[in-house]
Amino acid sequence: MILEKKRSDLVTMILFSMVVLSMPIWLNPLGANYPDLLQKFAIFGIFAIGYNILFGLTGYLSFGHAIFLGVGSYTAVWSFKLLSMNVIPAVISSVILAGIVAAFVGFVSLRRSGIYFSILTLAFAQMFYNLAYSVLTPITNGETGLQLALEDPRVIDRLFSTAGEGLPSTELFGLSMSGYSGFYFCAVMLIVAFYVSLKIFNSPFGLKLKAIKSNQHRMKYTGYNTRPYLLTAFIISGMFAGLAGALMAVTDPLAGAERMQWTASGEVVLMTILGGVGTLYGPLLGVVIIKYLENIFSAVNEAVLQTFFDFLPSWLQDTMVVIVSPFVGEGWHLTLGLMFMGIVIFLPGGITEGFQKMKKRFFTKENSESSNQEGK
Amino acid sequence: MSESVLKITNVNKSFGGLKALNNINLNIEKGKVHAIIGPNGAGKSTLLNVCIGLLAPDTGTVEFNGKNIVGKQAHEINQMGLVRVFQTPEIFADLSLLENVMVPALAKRDGSFKFKIFRSLANEVDIMEEAISALDSIGMSDKLYQLAGSMSRGDKRRLELAVCLIQHPKLLLLDEPTAGMARHDTNQTIELLKKIKEGGMAKIIIEHDMHVVFSVADTISVLARGEIIATGTPDEIKGNPVVQEAYLGGSDE
Ligand SMILES: Nc1ncnc2c1ncn2[C@@H]1O[C@H](COP(=O)(O)OP(=O)(O)OP(=O)(O)O)[C@@H](O)[C@H]1O
Ligand SMILES: [Mg+2]
Repeated sequence: MILEKKRSDLVTMILFSMVVLSMPIWLNPLGANYPDLLQKFAIFGIFAIGYNILFGLTGYLSFGHAIFLGVGSYTAVWSFKLLSMNVIPAVISSVILAGIVAAFVGFVSLRRSGIYFSILTLAFAQMFYNLAYSVLTPITNGETGLQLALEDPRVIDRLFSTAGEGLPSTELFGLSMSGYSGFYFCAVMLIVAFYVSLKIFNSPFGLKLKAIKSNQHRMKYTGYNTRPYLLTAFIISGMFAGLAGALMAVTDPLAGAERMQWTASGEVVLMTILGGVGTLYGPLLGVVIIKYLENIFSAVNEAVLQTFFDFLPSWLQDTMVVIVSPFVGEGWHLTLGLMFMGIVIFLPGGITEGFQKMKKRFFTKENSESSNQEGK
Repeated sequence: MSESVLKITNVNKSFGGLKALNNINLNIEKGKVHAIIGPNGAGKSTLLNVCIGLLAPDTGTVEFNGKNIVGKQAHEINQMGLVRVFQTPEIFADLSLLENVMVPALAKRDGSFKFKIFRSLANEVDIMEEAISALDSIGMSDKLYQLAGSMSRGDKRRLELAVCLIQHPKLLLLDEPTAGMARHDTNQTIELLKKIKEGGMAKIIIEHDMHVVFSVADTISVLARGEIIATGTPDEIKGNPVVQEAYLGGSDE
């Protein structure tokens, strides 16, 4: 039984890696095989997996995780500016700094639970956004956003070569991080992140986090100091977000304050809930669905709708275009909102729960059929 | 010879104008079962709340194994070996029965905080075996993977008892452990409580069911309106006229 369990962890990881690394192949028929979107899947996947460690396991709903996304991006860009265009120092320093900021934000916010915790994180998100947008302009370059410049020192790079003509691009020991190679780097990071998450889910530590979510009162009177457990989960999820932020900068080396806006924090909540909070794969499912649909819906404009409804008589065609157009393009968030409402009302456990329900219905049906046949 | 486990001295507690505990003095000895009886609202649960750090007494001290525990945090008191079964069952409703007992077993082994994520729960064979045998002792080892929240109230109580016993407490506080149980389960619980005496575990039991009280208690204290009006052996209490008036005969119990 024990051996079996070990093997199944390994099998899970192999299957997961295969699915992630072959994304360019199996997403091709869906028209989703281009690096930009694939990178988004992987990056937001990391963000959501990490968020799920906090929200899914402990039940603490944070509205401030975009803070760590932003911290990760800014740190990475600074690493590109000061140290090297190599992505390794950028990723490492981003994760560490995001962890430190998360320790501070978590320490304060976790003095409260429930709705008060959520409000505290929301307040922090707003504070950090304003810091990035105006107060800390020397570090963040405010409204314009932080970008690479020709005169950046890049001290490590300068040790090995002189500065080239144009702006350099991010690289991993000579391998450029744009296009598919960028995606594969993000994908490998996603696999590592998933491995950590899998380990946490299956560890005694993970069980204790679930127990805190279930009954924190009982936990305290069972001899657990719950605060450090919560803080650890908060910091880990902040570090995942920092990694995601760093990868955003790796694939596109600039960082802006809007990355820290509370809507960005809200998005990861939506993705996690949509897919299935507290489940291992749910958040990833949520990411793929939302990012894929966003990609489709936001590209649609009136002209596209006109051609889409071409088969209808012209008066009906115009009506349909008028009805549908608020939901596409800029209005994609309207569609997202409706979708989210639908899920919360009909499938509070997210799409993962939907799958499980379907599976159950399917299996019990088969079973009852087979038992009927036996009866005959 | 008689070693004191818990010593409550001059404890007072008021809620606004209500004096819930009035100058309580109580001494619990190692290995003994001390029952506390009294009408509803007498202050029995409040007394336990003071013992486990849920409430701070207004005045007075609570000493556990010679150490004052007033002002200590809940998890510290538990780690010292003072464990409680609550009046309304406190279990992990979203976890399976097995997980419900594994969590306290891990608390006993790992202490109040431990961060170690690269060891799989499935490899914790000792903890798992311990958990299964704990569930076996309450007759639930056949439904390890059932969710605790889906059980009856009486079953939840017995589960909570297993959750507490797996920690091998030095002093176990039981707040109406058989309320809401069928007769058969009550008897089984009595047997279980009688059986577990390992390590000189002492118990304080609050109970309305006199059948339970008289079958397990070594000493009984009667609490009424926040005051202890009598303490003695079961026979002494049965024959005490003050108790008769205040409690046994005075109510419909
Ligand atoms: N936290 C609290 N705040 C205010 N009043 C309280 C609090 N806890 C208990 N009381 C009051 O103190 C009195 C004693 O309550 P307690 O729960 O200790 O009684 P009890 O003996 O356990 O009764 P029961 O048999 O009903 O469980 C009651 O009048 C109750 O309303
Ligand atoms: Mg009570």
